Formats: sequence, structure tokens, C-alpha cells
Amino acid sequence: MEDKKEIKIKVSNLKKRFGDLEVLKDISTEVTKGEVVCVIGPSGSGKSTFLRCLNKLEDVTAGTIIIDGNDITKKQVNINHVRENIGMVFQHFNLFNNLNILDNLTLAPVQLKKCSRSEAVSRAKDMLKKVGLEDKTESFPSQLSGGQKQRVAIARALCMQPDIMLFDEPTSALDPEMVGEVLQVMKDLAADGMTMVIVTHEMGFAREVADRVIFMDGGYIVEEGTPQEVLLNPKEERTIDFLNKVL
Amino acid sequence: MIKIITVYGSMLLVALGRTLLLALLGLFFACIIGMIFGILGVLKNRICNIVSQIFVDVIRGVPMIVLAFFVYFGVPYFFNTIIGGFSMSLTALQAGTICLALNCGAYMAEIVRAGIQSVDVGQMEAARSLGLTYGMAMRKVVLPQAIKTMIPTFINQFIITLKDTSILSVIGFPELVNTAKNVQANTFMSFQTWAIVGIMYLIVITILSRSAKRVERRLSVGR
Repeated sequence: MEDKKEIKIKVSNLKKRFGDLEVLKDISTEVTKGEVVCVIGPSGSGKSTFLRCLNKLEDVTAGTIIIDGNDITKKQVNINHVRENIGMVFQHFNLFNNLNILDNLTLAPVQLKKCSRSEAVSRAKDMLKKVGLEDKTESFPSQLSGGQKQRVAIARALCMQPDIMLFDEPTSALDPEMVGEVLQVMKDLAADGMTMVIVTHEMGFAREVADRVIFMDGGYIVEEGTPQEVLLNPKEERTIDFLNKVL
Repeated sequence: MIKIITVYGSMLLVALGRTLLLALLGLFFACIIGMIFGILGVLKNRICNIVSQIFVDVIRGVPMIVLAFFVYFGVPYFFNTIIGGFSMSLTALQAGTICLALNCGAYMAEIVRAGIQSVDVGQMEAARSLGLTYGMAMRKVVLPQAIKTMIPTFINQFIITLKDTSILSVIGFPELVNTAKNVQANTFMSFQTWAIVGIMYLIVITILSRSAKRVERRLSVGR
């Protein structure tokens, strides 16, 4: 990190509370342009909540989140504009069940007047090709397998041409034989230089693709560093405990 | 029985037409009221939720016959006599339409609210995470899915509302039941009169629910 890289996401002293339950206690970190960050940790550690705060699907209790210079915790920042630049992929895909695959991909670009309908369609087809599903334009989500749905979900996010992609356990709801195809799409995306924050349980993927791994537990970042440091030579007791259980 | 049909048949058919007119008018406004209060019920705004809940609770907590008397007699009395200076009067059709719209609207609001809440929150989150506004996400993603699940209950409510028009005979609107009362009074043939009226309702409602089933089936095939 010697050379000054553009900071895409800067999180300072982030706290999030649901009623009496404090899920995020004091999170501070940065993500630079093109960086791939994997967030790991036991369930209930707050990693999904952390990710959902980054595009304000959860309102934060305290702290700041600065995305491309905009503090999204401030009320006057138009969150819809910020979200246009942040793609999000969910554990349960969340494809729009009432729309076919092509309409799933073109809905947001057309509604938000990012481009004309024909441009949106041609970009959608490009993106579907990229994820290997160019023959599914007319299908409905219910007709696809889990792995196909998740690849469509990634393509849908990419149609908005975001700078940042957030992944919330993208392979956790998939049958084992479908995990590979989704991870491959994500690897391609990382190779293209996309800035990515990925909450995952795929340690192999984290080791192979991540520039940095964040280990969270109990609402804190316990340890962060390169995959080498965190996954192979963890220093903290809790990290070692966790890795012993999952590896 | 034949005599009633030949002498009073056309009169009863006209009355049935008025029943249907009243039901359609009531349902039309009920749909609007139901949509508005249903959506108020799911907005992330406590005041909107409370307004919706109060409306639903008040209307559901009052029998429709009381609502009918209140709207037809009470409200004009309030403006003309208690406040004074107004000369307001409602026709039975106007009062009946208002009653049905409010009554059915309250139930519709609950159907709409439940329908929207039955759509997985992930659908809204996915739409919002793409940058769509709440309104766009509602219109393009959530409502189309909600409406599909609402249709069977909607149809049920339509039928209940059609039958509820008979209650409005009490404020003198010449719908089917009110007209039948006159027929009975003229002929003293109460068995025949009410049998005929019952069959008329039965036929209309059967046609309605059959065609509704067909619509429902067609909608579920499309996906």
C-alpha cells in the first residue's frame, strides 16, 4: 500500500444497534480501488450487517461511511444515486420473480434513465454472455437453478455499471456443485479490476482471490491482512479458533 | 310463482341492475380506498401506519347497517342542524356507495397490506440496492407480485360486497331486496318472492365466482 491508491470506501467508528442488541461495535476500515476484500467470521459476528450498512440497507447507529467522497450516513446525500454505483448480490439471489431475466436486468437502467431501452437490452445481453447465460433472456427466475440465478443476479448488478460490488454470502444457498460456477464469475470480475467486498465462508476462494481478509467476531474487526497473514498465520486466538473449526 | 315472474319479473330485473350498479360503484371506490390505506399501512412511517390502522379498526368495528344510517341520516343532520347553515342531502345511491366503499375499503386495505407484506423483503432490498426509489420498487416489483396473491381474497371480498348491498335496503335504495319487499307486500306470496330473489343472487354470484376462478387460473399459468 505504498503507492497512494484511490480510496473507494472509508468506514470510521461504525456502530449498529438493533434495539438492545449491538451488532457492530466499532468498525473502521478502508477499501481502495480495485481491491478485493473478503469478510469472514462466525455467524452472528455482524459481517452481513456490516456489508448491508455499506449501501445503507441498514441505517447506521453511529460513525461514518464515505463512498467516493460522499458520507452516506448524512441525510442530505441522495442514497439512490450512491446505490447506482454499488452493485449488491444477495445470499438468496432476490431476482424479481414477476419479470423475465431480460427485464430483471434492464429494469433499473431503464427506470433510472441511465440509457435507452435498446442500449439497456444490448448491455444486458452482453452481461448475460459474460456469465454464460445468454440463452435465458426469456426465462423466468423460477425456471433457473440456484447457480444460474446467482449468475443472473451478478449480471443484473453489473448492468448498472457499478464501481463497487458487494456480495453477501453469494454461495451459501447453493448446492455444492453450483458453487464453482458462481465463484468463477466472481474471479473474472476480480481480474477485471472491480472493487469487491465479499462476505463468504469459502476460505479457498478468499485465499485465492482476496487482496485482504477481514476476520470479524462479536461486532469487531479482530484481525485483518493479506490472506497469507490472516488465513495461514493468524495471530489472534479467536481467528485461530474459527479457522480450526472451518478448515 | 309464474305470476310473480310475469308481472314483477322486469321490475325485479331492474332492481337487480341497481344492485349491481351499487356494488360496482362501491367496489370501484373501495379499491381506491383499499389501495391507499393498504399502502399507508406498509410505509415505513409510524403516523401513516396508525392512520391506516385506525381507519380499518373503526370501520370494521361498526356494523354496516349503523354505518348506513349514520351516513344517510347522521351526516346531513350534523351539517344542516348541528353546525347549521348547510342544506346537504344525500341520495340513497350516494349514501349507499359511500357506505360500501368505506366498509369494503377497510377490508381491502387489510388485503392489500397483507398482500404486500407477503412479498419477500429481499425483492424490495434488491430493487433498492440497484438505486430504484421506494415508489419505483413498489410499482414495478412488489405490487405486481402482491396483487397476484391478493386476487383470490379480492374476489371473495367482491362477492361479500355484492351481498352486502342488500343491507342498504334500509335506507330506501330500491335495490333487489327492497323491491322484493314491495312485491311481497303486494302479492302476499312471501315464499315464492324470496325464493326467486335468492335464486337471482345465486345465479349472479355463481357466474361471478366461476369467471373469477378462470381469471385466477389464467394469471397463475403465465408464470
